[in-house]
Amino acid sequence: MELLALLGQGFDAALTPLNLVYCFAGVTLGTLIGVLPGIGPVATIAMLLPVTYGLAPLSALTMLAGIYYGAQYGGSTSAILVNLPGEASSVVTCLDGYAMARQGKAGSALGIAALGSFFAGSVATLIIAVLAAPLAALALKFGPAEYFSLMLLGLVAAVVLASGSLIKATAMTIFGLLLGLVGTDVNSGVERFSFGIPELSDGFGFVVISMGLFGIAEIIHNLEKAQNRNIFSTAISRIWPSLDDFKASWKPVLRGSFLGSLLGVLPGGGALLSSFAAYTLEKKLSKDPDRFGKGAIEGVAAPESANNAGAQTSFIPLLTLGIPSNAVMALMVGAMMIHGIVPGPQVMQEQPVLFWGLIASMWIGNAMLVILNLPLVGIWVRLLKIPYRLLYPAILLFCCIGVYSVNQSTVEVAFAVAFGILGYIFIKLECEPTPLLLGFVLGPLMEENLRRAMLLARGDPTVFITRPLSLALLLAALALLVVLILPNARRTREEAFQEG
Amino acid sequence: MPIRFLNYRDLIAGSFFSFLGLLTAIGALRLRMGTAMRMGPGYFPFVLGGALIALGLLIAFSSLRIPKKEKADQVEPMSLRPIVLVSIGILVFANIVQIAGLALATIALVTISGVAYRGFRWMELGALGVGLSIFAVGIFSFGLNLPIQVLPA
Repeated sequence: MELLALLGQGFDAALTPLNLVYCFAGVTLGTLIGVLPGIGPVATIAMLLPVTYGLAPLSALTMLAGIYYGAQYGGSTSAILVNLPGEASSVVTCLDGYAMARQGKAGSALGIAALGSFFAGSVATLIIAVLAAPLAALALKFGPAEYFSLMLLGLVAAVVLASGSLIKATAMTIFGLLLGLVGTDVNSGVERFSFGIPELSDGFGFVVISMGLFGIAEIIHNLEKAQNRNIFSTAISRIWPSLDDFKASWKPVLRGSFLGSLLGVLPGGGALLSSFAAYTLEKKLSKDPDRFGKGAIEGVAAPESANNAGAQTSFIPLLTLGIPSNAVMALMVGAMMIHGIVPGPQVMQEQPVLFWGLIASMWIGNAMLVILNLPLVGIWVRLLKIPYRLLYPAILLFCCIGVYSVNQSTVEVAFAVAFGILGYIFIKLECEPTPLLLGFVLGPLMEENLRRAMLLARGDPTVFITRPLSLALLLAALALLVVLILPNARRTREEAFQEG
Repeated sequence: MPIRFLNYRDLIAGSFFSFLGLLTAIGALRLRMGTAMRMGPGYFPFVLGGALIALGLLIAFSSLRIPKKEKADQVEPMSLRPIVLVSIGILVFANIVQIAGLALATIALVTISGVAYRGFRWMELGALGVGLSIFAVGIFSFGLNLPIQVLPA
């Protein structure tokens, strides 16, 4: 089977000593920042992007990807032990995980989380391998109209799946689109909205916006409130779950893996949505839903599997269609472009070693994580005890160096500060920054495709509806919107976000 | 029935977006619009600007509601100290790193931004500054070979 041959090639590339080192570095770093609240994969990947300039493309992507799914593992550790989700996707794990810890079953919870995540990661890797070729083949039929509609679907989904007000999320998306348009218009060579500032002639740097909005803003926000953390001090006796735990968890792990894999592919999806959905599903399917929130192991097994599966399958739209499905993928687009790789369906044909190597590295990374997490929990716990006042200057330092090192430009650092303040204001106004980042990445691309589509259609806007694929995508976007506006769905959505 | 601003957050957010949309639309008008078939540089921004104005107004109006509660939702108060100190710290870093080098700039950044934390201690900040400075130089200059000066020129 050609699939096996390709996978074999991928494993060959991923198993070189150098790539193994980068994979290890990525997943370890990912676990670390996943454990620590206040810093997440988005900020970290943004910080490390400039650093990956000098690396080979596969090594760079392996490491960055490892940070993302590694963070899902780490987030569960702090959720279970400290009731503080290291990552947004671990919020649900806090509910039953911390309850289990209080009952002295922290070890079981941690063990199931790690093992479930590994299983889910393996399933997800398999799904990616199987789906990649058909999806890429489908994408080759895409013209500019279809690309535009797909991006529109992506943005709609990001808005729908963002927490908080829909209208505000849409406004943030449009703001992001506009920010992406700043700079020189490729078609006409005219400079737009650059106000004569030379650093803006190419538009805002991606690193500048992502560091400012996510890194700096978060720190400013955290400095307002005091940080109180009560670490669970009882010794963790056994990390390996009991047989009963396995029996209770295997179905939730299965369900979580598949649900997570499915939801991760959706634009706007990924780890966060998957974990919430899996928890809700388990609760609905359970014979005794009252156990949830009080230490039901299903409440740990399912979301932890789902968030890992979702994190990995969220690579699918990026690797096959070239469309980022969430903020982290948007950063990966940046990483690929830094290395001269234009994301899109052609990546599979033109760079098969890179493509399959990355997929192989994800499975390898998952294996490393299981081995890392189970014995090393003690170290992570000690890290949680680092006071925030020592941590945040370090994070700020990395942000600064990160932004400065891109172009040695003081002006860009000033922009990052401005976006940091803006991001802080947005947090106060309860406006989600993720749709903005997605809009920023997709803005120029959408305009390009819109222009081309209209040119080919000689100015006829109905082209988006007359071409069947484009119509299908637009209908999907509409369906998402409608489903959301229905009061039923709105209530469930609010519930899901309130449980966190 | 009296209309009170129930949700200041949304009012401010809406006004911000509308204002931004207005500025964008005005800016876009100065660029060539072109036709639907051959879009000029101003077309897409103008459309987006218009959409933003509309959305902003929607958000602002949604903040007006016939009050059921006694108090209006206020915006959480902003504390200036973190914003100012973090911003100054970063800007100082960016400005002196070329002249004074990474080591000193790091100490400056850590010191200035460290003061933003309520209950900081000078000795601790000093130690942290020196420690991070060594760490940063070690990893970024020697380990990763970033082209940033280490010591004053």
